[in-house]
Amino acid sequence: MSGRRWWKGSILTTAAMVLIALGVPQVVDQFGLLQLTVFAAMCILALSLGFVWGYGGILCFGQSAFFGLGAYTYAVTAINLGESTVATLLALVVPAVFAALLGYFMFYGRLSDVYLGVITLSVTLIFFNLMNSTAGDAYRVGKARLNGFNGMPSLPTLNVPGDPGRLLDPAETFYLVMACLVIVYVGLHVLLASHFGRVVVAIRENEARCELLGYDVRLHKLLVFTIGGGIAGLAGCLFANWGAFVSPNVFSLTMTSQIIIWVIVGGLGTLLGPIIGCLIMQYLATALGTQQLANTSLVFGVIFLAFVLLVPRGIVPSLRRLALRA
Amino acid sequence: MDLAAVLTFEILNGVATLVLISVGLAIIFGMMRVINLAHGEFLMLGGYAAIVATNHGVNIWVAMLLVAPLVVGVIGVIAERLIIRVLYGRMIDTLLATWGLSLFFIGIVTTIFGNTVAGIGAPLGSLGVGRYTISLYRLVLIGIAAAILAVIFVALRRTRLGLIARGTMENPNMAAALGVSPPRVYATTFGVGAALTGLAGGLLAPISGVLPTVGAAYVAKAFITVISGGTAILAGTAAASSLFGSINQLLTYFTTPVIGEAGLLAAAILLLRALPHGITGKLFRGSL
Repeated sequence: MSGRRWWKGSILTTAAMVLIALGVPQVVDQFGLLQLTVFAAMCILALSLGFVWGYGGILCFGQSAFFGLGAYTYAVTAINLGESTVATLLALVVPAVFAALLGYFMFYGRLSDVYLGVITLSVTLIFFNLMNSTAGDAYRVGKARLNGFNGMPSLPTLNVPGDPGRLLDPAETFYLVMACLVIVYVGLHVLLASHFGRVVVAIRENEARCELLGYDVRLHKLLVFTIGGGIAGLAGCLFANWGAFVSPNVFSLTMTSQIIIWVIVGGLGTLLGPIIGCLIMQYLATALGTQQLANTSLVFGVIFLAFVLLVPRGIVPSLRRLALRA
Repeated sequence: MDLAAVLTFEILNGVATLVLISVGLAIIFGMMRVINLAHGEFLMLGGYAAIVATNHGVNIWVAMLLVAPLVVGVIGVIAERLIIRVLYGRMIDTLLATWGLSLFFIGIVTTIFGNTVAGIGAPLGSLGVGRYTISLYRLVLIGIAAAILAVIFVALRRTRLGLIARGTMENPNMAAALGVSPPRVYATTFGVGAALTGLAGGLLAPISGVLPTVGAAYVAKAFITVISGGTAILAGTAAASSLFGSINQLLTYFTTPVIGEAGLLAAAILLLRALPHGITGKLFRGSL
């Protein structure tokens, strides 16, 4: 892909996102706005995996571990401090640190692709089991009760930094989440265009060659993984905020498979793909959930299978190829 | 003394459970290099098969030991023919496709049976050991797990079928030149792995109950065990199960099940950092 088209595409996408961010609150009602807020938060999560897997070539099946860790970190800190600024920052830092730690063991142990996928998935599921079993008064962090499978309700939502009494209203939250999405999208673009980003993509293409050229493959992968963990944590924080609620379901197999499906459907190796995939599948999940026509897992499973077998490239790269051919 | 006996029983029980839930996966992964993410759902289907059969008046032992493996074995062969066959050699795509399959199974079972726990009572009673009692059924499970390992060992080592299977995995082209049909061997191996998984699902159903999403509770432990075991299917699974089963049960006994689970995972990650190719990558090399 030539550099100029790459930039043109990303600038167009950014412009579209800014337009949506500014225009949508003027036309949709409160319910639609809340819906779009959670969609946007999930798009950030999709971007994190799109970056780690699509560009870093790291098969991370446990992106929801970082997502959930971000959500829980926010919940626990916000309840204890009664204020959201520090909680938000910690929701970025804690998952990133955990990703770095886990990544150290995996990349410096030189585990192969598939093992990586299985280990990350297992970590997520263990988190799921762990959090599910934290019911009861014994499991509390400071003032915050973890509540096991019941989840933690009525979390303090985001407030203006430095003014805990002034909470953000739904429109302001929407602006904030969209701003985060745009920042993450543009940030990842800039990162990928940098020297670091090019090395990362080169490692994805041929690990041995990069190593022989003197690049530290393990360190690069570790950094990609850590950044991805931080972004997923941010998404988790925004998600916890959206419903003022967090439950172990953020770590569930359903959650983690959804993220994979978004990226597979949208397309690996693009940043736009995961966003598109996420929007389509989220819309579908909401529609299926309200109409009760068919079980969501069933439909998602079939779509997942169909894409792996028939459209392994995903929507965005396939369309791009069609457009190039035309 | 009683405590020591009970503790030993608990540990053996933990090891046996790990062997049961991971041996089918070990066969499919170890021999075919196929990672079957629908493994947990195969366990779940085995559980449902046993429960439905028992509720329809089939003897519980027949339901667990025959119906469950048969049903899941057939499902496994169908899945292999329809999906996995086209993806051989593409490890990551197989992994993703079986993930889709796993969601599909969860969805279909939820539609049929609803999102509730189904269960059957464990047969046999309990046995008194001094001040404690242990479940006789769990004791039988330990025996069955050991028997499964022994049967697989004999089947792979001593029978013609086992020789053909091992040969085909080693070099499919050479096997084909010698008149073996590799696709048939693959389908059979996958079917056997699935059947063993179904058997495990059936056997565990009375202990833990089944619900459509129960697979998630098993799949992580099964994968950790198989991966940490390394290349040798039997020795690896047995060694990793013993190690993790003991860690899990001891921690569970002295603290809480939560810490037991976390300890198992932490042990696995540390072990893979030290031995990236699993236990049998370094020890017991060349064993089965």
